[in-house]
Amino acid sequence: MAQTITQKILARAANRKFVETGENVWLNVDILLTHDVCGPPTFDIFKEKFGSGAKVWDPEKIVVLPDHYIFTENEHAHRNIDLLRKFSKEQNLPNYYDVGTDRYKGVCHVALAEEGYNLPGTVLFGTDSHTCTSGAFGMFGTGIGNTDAAFILGTGKIWEKVPESMKFIFEGQMPDYLAAKDLILQILGDIGTDGATYRAMEFDGSAVYSLPMEERMTLTNMAIEAGGMNGIIAADNVTEAYVQERSGKPYEIFKSDPDADYHSIYRYRVEELEPVVAMPHSPDNRATVRSVQDTRITKSYIGSCTGGKLSDFVMAAGILKGKTVSVPTNIVPATVEVAQSLETELVEGQPIKKILEDAGCTIARPSCAACLGGPSDTFGRSEDNDLVVSTTNRNFPGRMGSKKAGVCLASPLTAAASAITGKLTDPREFLR
Amino acid sequence: MDSIIQGKAYVLGKNIDTDQIIPAEHLVYSLSDPEEVKLYGKYALSGVPIAEAGLPEGNRPFVENGKFESEYSIIIAGPNFGCGSSREHAPFSLQVAGAKAIVAESYARIFYRNCVDGGFVIPYETAEALNKTVMTGDELKIDIDNNTIENLTQETAYTLKPLGDVYNIVMSGGIFAYAKKENLMSS
Ligand code: SF4
Repeated sequence: MAQTITQKILARAANRKFVETGENVWLNVDILLTHDVCGPPTFDIFKEKFGSGAKVWDPEKIVVLPDHYIFTENEHAHRNIDLLRKFSKEQNLPNYYDVGTDRYKGVCHVALAEEGYNLPGTVLFGTDSHTCTSGAFGMFGTGIGNTDAAFILGTGKIWEKVPESMKFIFEGQMPDYLAAKDLILQILGDIGTDGATYRAMEFDGSAVYSLPMEERMTLTNMAIEAGGMNGIIAADNVTEAYVQERSGKPYEIFKSDPDADYHSIYRYRVEELEPVVAMPHSPDNRATVRSVQDTRITKSYIGSCTGGKLSDFVMAAGILKGKTVSVPTNIVPATVEVAQSLETELVEGQPIKKILEDAGCTIARPSCAACLGGPSDTFGRSEDNDLVVSTTNRNFPGRMGSKKAGVCLASPLTAAASAITGKLTDPREFLR
Repeated sequence: MDSIIQGKAYVLGKNIDTDQIIPAEHLVYSLSDPEEVKLYGKYALSGVPIAEAGLPEGNRPFVENGKFESEYSIIIAGPNFGCGSSREHAPFSLQVAGAKAIVAESYARIFYRNCVDGGFVIPYETAEALNKTVMTGDELKIDIDNNTIENLTQETAYTLKPLGDVYNIVMSGGIFAYAKKENLMSS
């Protein structure tokens, strides 16, 4: 029987040859990810259910990456980090990345890739909805709640419904004014925030395979914004090169059978697409940047797991070089590695960091920062009636802080161009 | 688990995401300390824009200012309830505030799983958009065994979609209770 890549990976994790869409299967989990917001309650449930002296199923397979509320005075947030530290010590977890040490990484989904945890063919569950990001590596990654995570901590197993798949094919050569963010916002506008609920979103086509890993992660990252269970891109030589550089572990490459069944198939030619934004207050509220280009903004924000990777800042720096921003522009590298690369990577002969600083941007330390609002002293938090153009992934009411503020989701190219003019601006204006 | 749930309706629109259910700034409280847990009830649904809180009129907060529990126990909503983050604090805060069931047109997957596996609230689906007819404050009665919901105020009744595969987990009170019963936790 023909299967999609998602079915094949779930079948492997269920020790089966074949799994059918719609059936509930018990899976053996390869990696469990948690962070500072959901780790402490997960550990509480684990202890309550398995006993205070219980040991986790496999310390090597648990990755704890604090990233959400890091640089804040909020004492509850500090307590959460203490709880992670305590549990990790007690359980001898080798993959804990403590705050305030040189092991600290930053945003978990980007750090997972950098640290070599993403391996084709494997199954990852995480207490964060954007765990689907890792699907860019030809693996299954999805978000779960604390109770499910506590269950995995004790047993290494979880049930999941095998999803139907939707396929999104992008053909053609990516123009320099488009980024992966434009592709995924295009899809969201087409299918809506519940257009892929309980399904796998598979990305394919020559334009997708021309993208570097970081841009592929932007596509899979926002599968959840359409309600998707997972986003997935089959591994190719770009994936293998990235993985081999960062991990010595074995992996297995799966691909969808040519005659596999799909719920639906969408085809796009990238040359026909335009830079787009998702206007407040929903990621599917798509408009071409040109159609809203007179909209005044009060801030620009470039950061998060979906928009704070090195490739995002390379794109932003290409626009901002030699220019000055006219609204406060907040830069949040996703991880320490990204932050360091800003100093060493050059765009037109200059370090990215210098380009961004010369343009008037403020660069913060790596973490989730204002992507999800956070405590009142969080860097870049929206205030009052702010209208923020942002490379993040969500713009529901109140997402970046103020309940009265609006967020326009856009590519780093558009966020940088808009920062210069103070209005939503098509990056083509600066690329000529 | 009782087979009847009766209480007042609280009506919401579509795409109620987890930031509206429990805004991110409140995720820092302990989920086990009883005093701090009460805060999750206090702030349940506090992120819903006030004009859309408690339809059709709006301006009716789920939990009144200064209180920790809601007078409403059944939430009625449109499609895609619980979209957004994976925070289990969301269904938990609804439970702490006193909600027993949600009746929506559809749910985001993680929120749905959390409701069921954590045993917080029962997530029912309906084919009809009940949030167009039910009014906040209506007295509702859900019959779990017969998959029906009655609006006692308006004297109408509707069918609920069967819980299907998750019925047994719901009736056990969550995934741990279910796994124990089925001997899945021996590994
Ligand atoms: S950067 Fe934003 S979306 Fe990504 S994990 Fe952090 S809070 Fe979530």
